[in-house]
Amino acid sequence: MFGILDRSHETGASEYQVPYGALKPIPPHYQKANTPTVKKIVPQNTWVEHLKRIQADQDQRAFAELFAHFAPRVKAFLMKSGASPSMAEECTQEVMATLWHKAHLFDPSRASVATWIFTIARNKKIDALRKQRRPEPENLEWGPEAEPEAADILVLQQESQQLTQAMTALPSQQRELIEKAYFGDLSHSEIAAETGLPLGTIKSRLRLALSKLRQTMK
Amino acid sequence: MNNMTQIKHHLTDQLLIGYAAGTLPEAFNLVVATHLSMCDSCRAAAQAYDVIGGAFLETDAQASMDEGALEETLALIGKGPSAAKPMAASDVPSPLRAYIGGGLGDVKWRSVGMGVRQAVLSTSKSATARLLYIPAGAAVPDHGHRGTELTLVLQGAFRDATARFAAGDVEVANEDLNHTPVAEIGEDCICLAATDAPLRFNSWIPRMAQPFLRI
Repeated sequence: MFGILDRSHETGASEYQVPYGALKPIPPHYQKANTPTVKKIVPQNTWVEHLKRIQADQDQRAFAELFAHFAPRVKAFLMKSGASPSMAEECTQEVMATLWHKAHLFDPSRASVATWIFTIARNKKIDALRKQRRPEPENLEWGPEAEPEAADILVLQQESQQLTQAMTALPSQQRELIEKAYFGDLSHSEIAAETGLPLGTIKSRLRLALSKLRQTMK
Repeated sequence: MNNMTQIKHHLTDQLLIGYAAGTLPEAFNLVVATHLSMCDSCRAAAQAYDVIGGAFLETDAQASMDEGALEETLALIGKGPSAAKPMAASDVPSPLRAYIGGGLGDVKWRSVGMGVRQAVLSTSKSATARLLYIPAGAAVPDHGHRGTELTLVLQGAFRDATARFAAGDVEVANEDLNHTPVAEIGEDCICLAATDAPLRFNSWIPRMAQPFLRI
């Protein structure tokens, strides 16, 4: 199954190629968070193509790069959520294995790779730490004939990144409050609805992406 | 489930954040996921809160993986995906289908009096989820809430003192609201409801019966 290590990065995904030069520069603090090797080989915003390579070619090199970047983040998220280091390690491996198996379900016009991995990690947290089932909304997928347009992918990826930047620019008090909500330190009744982040644009973008998808499903 | 343009009553941002963060009780998650299946505007809002989660993941702390973690993960991948349970088509959105084990025809209803029937769904204990069947024109006994009650209409419509709720609409009720939901004439009303505290009935008999009804 994994005998194709070599042909990894030249193959596949050309139709998913997004003109990343058009993206805003990555803020300095962002780069600091990257592991040095990963930073040189792949700027953060090519993860979409990595996922496509995993899906199309079972590309282990693409997976290894994604793993180097995201696994330590997922593990830290799970530990902050209350998992022991060994449990977080095990769950992170399961999250990354899920990423591989579900790569075909990733829709770059509706989520950035970081967003998508967050949802897998969060569901793992609910499953493994809270011992609950996680009801998910009805699955919406592009049919065999249709797929998202490159322009829609670009804009969604850009807006996700802008939101990430906006978050790093939040006053630390505000950021801490959101962080508490996401790491379960606030009960649902304590969570304030006001995040202080400009969410209007991305909400309308996601709404538009859904309506395009619905049209192809009719 | 093609009524999304008519949905007038939506989830609160507080619930959508809780759903994205994964901090809601399972019963609430079920109502949220079912509403999101019917309402694209709330689905988009929920996904926007997922983006915040992703932004945290991207910019927050890291914890080193153990040595050999990548190889172990590849070995795990080699074992194949965990089998997904195939689900038959049905008249309810897929998240709810998994809890009923089919469609509305498969629900095991129990009478709670006055023609109203309910079916408690199995979730974690911090909140309760149930389906309510209110015959056209009938009322659910007047009740208040200690905690939060979410009521999502799946079929038909009901009215209470605050508004009219039709298929896809969700009512978010809290401690301040005492209400008597009445199903509209014309069609029986089926709702998915979740509470994180027992309801308070305002007349004597339902209060006696409450421990048996588990509502």
